[in-house]
Amino acid sequence: MNKLPDKSYLNDPKGLKSWLLTRDHKRIGLMYLYAIMTAFLLGGIFAMIIRLELLSPGKDLIDADTYNQFFTLHGAIMIFLFIIPSIPAAFGNFVLPLMIGAKDVAFPRLNLASWYIYILGSLFALYSIITGAVDTGWTFYTPYSTETTTSVISMTLGVFILGFSSIFTGLNFIVTIHKLRAPGMTWFKMPLFVWALYATAIIQVLATPVLGITLILLIIERVVGIGIFDPAMGGDPVLYQHFFWFYSHPAVYIMILPGMGIISELISVFSHKKIFGYKAIAFSSLGIAFVSFLVWGHHMFVSGQSELAAMIFSFLTFFVGIPSGIKVFNWVTTMYRGSISLEAPMLYALSFLFLFTIGGLTGIFLGALSVDVHLHDTYFIVAHFHYVMMGGTVMAFLGGLHYWWPKFWGRMYSEFWARISVALIFVGFNVTFFSQFILGSQGMPRRYYNYLDQYQPLHGFSTFGSWILGLGFVVMAVYLIHAIFRGKVAGANPWGALTFEWTTPSPPPHENFDKIPTMEHGPYDYDKIVPRSTLAESD
Amino acid sequence: MDQTVGHPEFLQHHFSDVEQQRESAKLGMWIFLLTEVLLFGGLFCAYSIYRSWNPEIFHNAHRFLDVYLGTLNTVVLIVSSVTMALAIRSMQLDRKKQTLIFLIVTLALAAAFLVVKYFEYSHKFHLGQLPGKFYTFTGIEGTNPHIFFSVYFLMTGLHGIHVIGGMAVITWLIFKTRGRTFSSQYYTPIEMTGLYWHLVDLIWIFLFPLFYLVG
Amino acid sequence: MNKEATHTVPHILPMKLYLGVGAALIVLTAITVTVSFFNFGPYNLVVAMLVAATKASLVALFFMHLKYDNKIYLVIFLTSVVFLAVFIVLTMFDTLRRDDIDELKAEPIRREAIIYDSVQAPKHDTADSTFKVPDTTE
Repeated sequence: MNKLPDKSYLNDPKGLKSWLLTRDHKRIGLMYLYAIMTAFLLGGIFAMIIRLELLSPGKDLIDADTYNQFFTLHGAIMIFLFIIPSIPAAFGNFVLPLMIGAKDVAFPRLNLASWYIYILGSLFALYSIITGAVDTGWTFYTPYSTETTTSVISMTLGVFILGFSSIFTGLNFIVTIHKLRAPGMTWFKMPLFVWALYATAIIQVLATPVLGITLILLIIERVVGIGIFDPAMGGDPVLYQHFFWFYSHPAVYIMILPGMGIISELISVFSHKKIFGYKAIAFSSLGIAFVSFLVWGHHMFVSGQSELAAMIFSFLTFFVGIPSGIKVFNWVTTMYRGSISLEAPMLYALSFLFLFTIGGLTGIFLGALSVDVHLHDTYFIVAHFHYVMMGGTVMAFLGGLHYWWPKFWGRMYSEFWARISVALIFVGFNVTFFSQFILGSQGMPRRYYNYLDQYQPLHGFSTFGSWILGLGFVVMAVYLIHAIFRGKVAGANPWGALTFEWTTPSPPPHENFDKIPTMEHGPYDYDKIVPRSTLAESD
Repeated sequence: MDQTVGHPEFLQHHFSDVEQQRESAKLGMWIFLLTEVLLFGGLFCAYSIYRSWNPEIFHNAHRFLDVYLGTLNTVVLIVSSVTMALAIRSMQLDRKKQTLIFLIVTLALAAAFLVVKYFEYSHKFHLGQLPGKFYTFTGIEGTNPHIFFSVYFLMTGLHGIHVIGGMAVITWLIFKTRGRTFSSQYYTPIEMTGLYWHLVDLIWIFLFPLFYLVG
Repeated sequence: MNKEATHTVPHILPMKLYLGVGAALIVLTAITVTVSFFNFGPYNLVVAMLVAATKASLVALFFMHLKYDNKIYLVIFLTSVVFLAVFIVLTMFDTLRRDDIDELKAEPIRREAIIYDSVQAPKHDTADSTFKVPDTTE
């Protein structure tokens, strides 16, 4: 019954050049998606090798120096090349203008520039792998990063360049959201994903410049020896940590906020129910953005910062729990008495709820000064941030990937295999990382190459989990790529959702909409309107 | 696509009217300026920390900066800010020739600023008052005076780079103004450059007292 | 499309205003330079910063049109200043108070940079400043 539209953004206009010079936000979004998936694959391979090496004490596969480089590369690639741009740059670019009924983002050329800058930055980062990699950890702490012989400069320069890409995306989104909303779409009629992107963009433009200057100072320190961070030159290494975390703590919310935005969409669509507490969720995004700038010192409780600062930061850290809690409660309440359909995106959303709650709560433990002194730099931290970043952001990312996949390609993936994959990923994830909570509380330090025999069973268990996790991703890659070519035609609105992006054909035409849409109902008015799914039947 | 009727040449297709495009550009520019403030912010933070740790070093070292040259440069930048603002005003009134003159004066003043900076820098290079490990000067009492010069060169250097960037854009504007690209209907690039140029001035307004006056 | 209470007519300010503000900025510069030749101790910084802030406000309000434009630009500008203040103040809660409990914690790991170990050491005595690692054993 359904048929793909003859002309869409995918084939109009044709040719490689038209893609490389495109200013179409949908194409740029898709190009970002390819790029970040490549980064994800690369980071994932490093992760698998690290886990394999940790299967038993001593050398299994790689030597200690290589191990140090691999965990650094895993962290740096996953953070700077994958997670930070993932949802905003790929889905945000693709979906944001569609969601607010615009033809494009405010500055299309800047948008394309941001993609090329991303690629350039990535090349610098990858260049460092060839020229001896980096073994400082993704945080590049001084004084080690100013002394190690590995190629810190090309990596940090790469990250510096990537920062521009992030700033451009953020700047573009803020202006787009302010100026290009469709007629009738007031601030409180915007989809919550747009609110989340807005809050994210604010953090991107406020925090990223500080990372920029930090890395420039680090590079100058390394080359010239200026004495700002290097204790041998009269500098203060703890100051580097302040500089770094002033960006990198808010950056954690650059990673999670858009994920939360996707979850808000998914929960409402797949519960077929109006979102509960719209304004609370919208404002909690802004609340998280604001509080994120006040808590960076909780990464530095054992760094030698003053006790007063540690107390202030610890106290402020607890405030993060409030807006995060507001969100979780509102999502759960939205589901209450909804007519929930458990399709793959919803399964990811539920995984998110479960895993993010664990990740968030363990964050509260770590925010408490005394507890942190015991758990600092152990596997507990590793487990905590993987629960938030992978259990949170990546689950939301995958949820969004499945949710918008038919919009990207006009074709549906296999629901059966999608469910198998989500089960594998969920189980694999928990096996891999829950064991690390226990390892950490028993005192296993993070980043160690070797360990005592007593930790072996849990390390082995964790490595076993990583295989399940890896298998889940392999399955996903196969059925998603299959869907691009052979998937069932999805139609404009396979999920029966109410936001604007589902009113235009899948894949959308070059101009997004034949006619600029007007706001006739709210984005979540499932109590007033029963939208029709365009998918014939689900298997 | 009914909106293309009477579409001015400079209006991009995804905006519905000139006003929307102008306001978007301005909003974008202000957000860019915000990132600039925070970029410099890192260095202001470093300055504050090291000054609070070593007040006497900063005091002793700042005497080696030339207050008169600093004042001269402050005045030069202020005047260039005025001429930049007047260039925009002239374009709003469609006086293109006047705009051109004001832009050229602004560019000349920016160059003058850099010339003065060059003399200051070369004097310090000569004395060995260099940042970090290149510091060889011996006339300043106290521990680690090189950090003062590190911060000084970093902040004025970053500011200088912004001046050079501004000069490049102003040069481009001069060519565009001569080529009659702008009019009282469309002068967004001049306006945006103006905002940028005022911010460069604004940052110098803080750098000047922090280094030259109170140290 | 959506508009947020925008001014449609660009403000063309009188020439006199620009020149007046420019003159005020130069006068303020003269004041701050003159004042810097007198020593008010810790108030030197306060005075200099007050004058600088006044000058900056003049530039922002008149040259950058913040006084006349949509107030959102003013909000953006103030946001940048507020977050810069947050950055500096919270960092200083650390850097100024490291010796609250343990005095040694406030000591730099190395009091004096390695560059002074070589021949061209400054005039003052450096005997006590070679490698001083704080004793952390309590």
